Amino acid sequence: MTVECLTGKKVLIKGNYAIAQAAVLAGCDCYFGYPITPQSEIGEYLSGKMQELGRGYVSAESEIASINMVIGACATGARAMTSSSSCAVSLMQEGLSYACTDELPVVLVSVMRGGPGLGNIYPSQGDYYQSVKGGGNGDYRTIVLAPSTVQECADLTYKAFYLAHKYKTPTILLADGLLGQMMEPVEFKPYPYEDIDNSDWALSGAKGREPRIIRSYGPLADDRCEFLEKLFAKYKTIEENETMWEENNTEEADIVLVSFGSTSRNVNTAAKILREKGYKVGTFRPITLFPFPNKRLAELAQKVKMFVTVEVNMGQMVDDVRLAVNGKVPVELVHKGVGAPPDPEYIAAQVEGLI
Amino acid sequence: MTTQVFKLPESLKKDAKYTFCPGCDHGVAVRLVAEVIDELGIREDAIVAAAIGCSVTIYDFINIDALESPHGRAMAVATGIKRAKPDKFVFTYQGDGDFASIGWAESMHAALRGEKISSICINNTTFGMTGGQLGPTTMMGQVTTTSPTGRNEEYYGYPIKMAEHMALCDGVAFSARVSLDSVANIRKAKQAIKKAFEVQLQGLGLGFVEILAGCPTNWRMSPEQAHDRVKNEMMQTFKLGIYKDITAQQ
Amino acid sequence: MSHIVIEESRCKACYLCIKECPKKLIRVSEKTNALGNNVAEFYDPNNECLGCAMCATRCPDLAITEVYRG
Repeated sequence: MTVECLTGKKVLIKGNYAIAQAAVLAGCDCYFGYPITPQSEIGEYLSGKMQELGRGYVSAESEIASINMVIGACATGARAMTSSSSCAVSLMQEGLSYACTDELPVVLVSVMRGGPGLGNIYPSQGDYYQSVKGGGNGDYRTIVLAPSTVQECADLTYKAFYLAHKYKTPTILLADGLLGQMMEPVEFKPYPYEDIDNSDWALSGAKGREPRIIRSYGPLADDRCEFLEKLFAKYKTIEENETMWEENNTEEADIVLVSFGSTSRNVNTAAKILREKGYKVGTFRPITLFPFPNKRLAELAQKVKMFVTVEVNMGQMVDDVRLAVNGKVPVELVHKGVGAPPDPEYIAAQVEGLI
Repeated sequence: MTTQVFKLPESLKKDAKYTFCPGCDHGVAVRLVAEVIDELGIREDAIVAAAIGCSVTIYDFINIDALESPHGRAMAVATGIKRAKPDKFVFTYQGDGDFASIGWAESMHAALRGEKISSICINNTTFGMTGGQLGPTTMMGQVTTTSPTGRNEEYYGYPIKMAEHMALCDGVAFSARVSLDSVANIRKAKQAIKKAFEVQLQGLGLGFVEILAGCPTNWRMSPEQAHDRVKNEMMQTFKLGIYKDITAQQ
Repeated sequence: MSHIVIEESRCKACYLCIKECPKKLIRVSEKTNALGNNVAEFYDPNNECLGCAMCATRCPDLAITEVYRG
C-alpha cells in the first residue's frame, strides 16, 4: 500500500474518514488518540493505515496522554496529530497551552458534540469559545479552521498541517458531529503545500551543535513579557496572511447572514429563500475562526443594515461579529442549542421576523 | 605516574552550576546520568523529557537536547519523541510526585506498552519544589507541610512502591531501586542507570530506576542526617534491589 | 602524587566530602565564595591522599572536579 493510491479518484466518504485519509496524504508521521463519539473513525482508520505505512500510531491511555505524545513528536519536527471531541478536548487544554508557548506544530482535529459536560453525541458548535479563545491558561491563540463540507474537511486537514508547521503553532480543525458522520463525494488531491524546514529548531540530538531546549518555563518577568510580545506579533502575521472567509451576494445586501461550519449549508439555502421573497440577503462564512475576518466584516458594516449570526450553540461567534461590527449596525442571533443545524425555512422565518 | 581517576562528564555543560539546595541528591543523580551517557557514547542521539518539580532543571545542566513536559506527562512526551524518532535515545528524568502521582497513568501505560524509553525517578518522599508537601511516596508517620501530625493510613493511605509496580508490567525490561545514601550505593545506582539505558538501546523494552534521595531542606535535616534517614528509615520501606532484569533471565 | 581539585565557586558547604574522606584531608576553609559559603578545602601536608575519589563521588554540586591517583 502506498500513499499515492489514495489520491486522484472521487470517492463517497464519511467526514471522519476523509480527515484521516487527508492526514495520511499530508504526511502525518504519527497519530495518537483516544476514542470518543462522534470522531472515533479517525483513530480506527489510522490504526491500520499508519501501521501499514510504517508510521507511528498509539492508542493512548487518555486525551491528556494523546496531546502530550503529539507534543513529544512535534518537538522532533515530525508531523503529528490527535483528534477528539468536546468534553475530551477539554482534557487537552493544558497541552495546547504548553504547545503554544513551546511553539510546536500540533494538529488537533476537534469534532464537536453537545455539551456542556458529557452532553450528548449530537452535532454542536458549542466549542467555538473553547477553540478560538483558548481553553487553557495564559495568553495564546490557536489557528482554527472550520470546514463546512466533507471535501473541505480533507482540504483543510492539509492546510492545518501546513499552517501548524509554517507558523510553529497549534492548529485546530474544528468540525462537528454532522460533518464527521455524513458522507459526500471527495476528491483527494496530492498534498499541495511545500515542506517546511524545521532543521533550525527541532530536537534531533545535539550532534555538532549546541543542545536545544524546548521549554515553557520563564522565571524572569521581563523575559516573559518579551516572549509574549513576540508570540503575539506572530499571531498578527497569521492574521494578515491567513484569514479566510467565503461570502456570497454581499455587495448588494441589506442583511448578511453570518455562520460557520456545517450550519452555513442551511444558511445558504435560507438566504436563497429570503432572496426569492425579495429581500436583499447575502451570506458570510468565516473559514478561519482564528484569525477571524474582522476587517472584512467591518467593511461590510459600512453598507449593510443588519447582520444575523446563525449558530448551533447559545450564541458564541456572535460576540466576535459584534466586536468586528463595533456597533455600526445591529447584530442579531438565530440559534439552536444543540443538534443538526436549524432548517433553512426556520432560519428564513426567524430572519424575516427580525427585519 | 599520576592518573586521573575522576573528571566531570562531557555530557554536563562545562559551566554547569547546580541550582539545587545544598546537599540535595539530585546533583549526584544528574551527574550519574551524564556519566552513563558518556560511557555509552549516546550524547549526540539523546533527548530528555524533563518533568515539573526540582527535576526540571536537568536541562540547564545536561549537554543534550531537552523538552520540558507538563506536570506528570514526561512518559507520554517521551513516547511521542520515541515514536517519531525511533533511532534516538529517549529518557525521562522525574520526581516521585511527577512520575507516581499526577503522572501515574502515563507512567504505567508507557510501561505496559513497552515503550523503548528509559526513566529515572527520584524518590525523596515529598514534593520538594513546592515546599515539602505529602506526596505519593511519603512514608507512614512522616511529617510534611500537609501531614502535620504525620502520615497515617486512615487519613492519607499508603505510600507507593514504584519499582515493584513497574516490574509487574510486561513491557518493562529492567526495574530497580537504588539509593544515593553512600558512595557504595552511588556506584550501584550508576550501574542500574546504565542497565536501564542499555535495555532501551537493545530494544528490549522500558528501563526504570527509582532512586532514593535525600531532601535536606524539606526534611529539615543536615545533608548527613538526610542520608542517615534514607538508610535507616526509607530503605526499610523501600527495599533496594533489582526487581526485574529480563537480560538476567535470558 | 594523589590529589583532588575543588572548584570553590560551586561549593555549597554541605560538607558531605569532609565526612567521606577516609584520611580526613578535607576541611572547612576560612575563605568564602560568592554564595557566602565557607568552602571545603583540600589539606594534605603529608601526601596521604589515596585518590579514592569518594569525595568527588559524594559531592552533589560538581565542586570536586578532578581526582588524581599516583
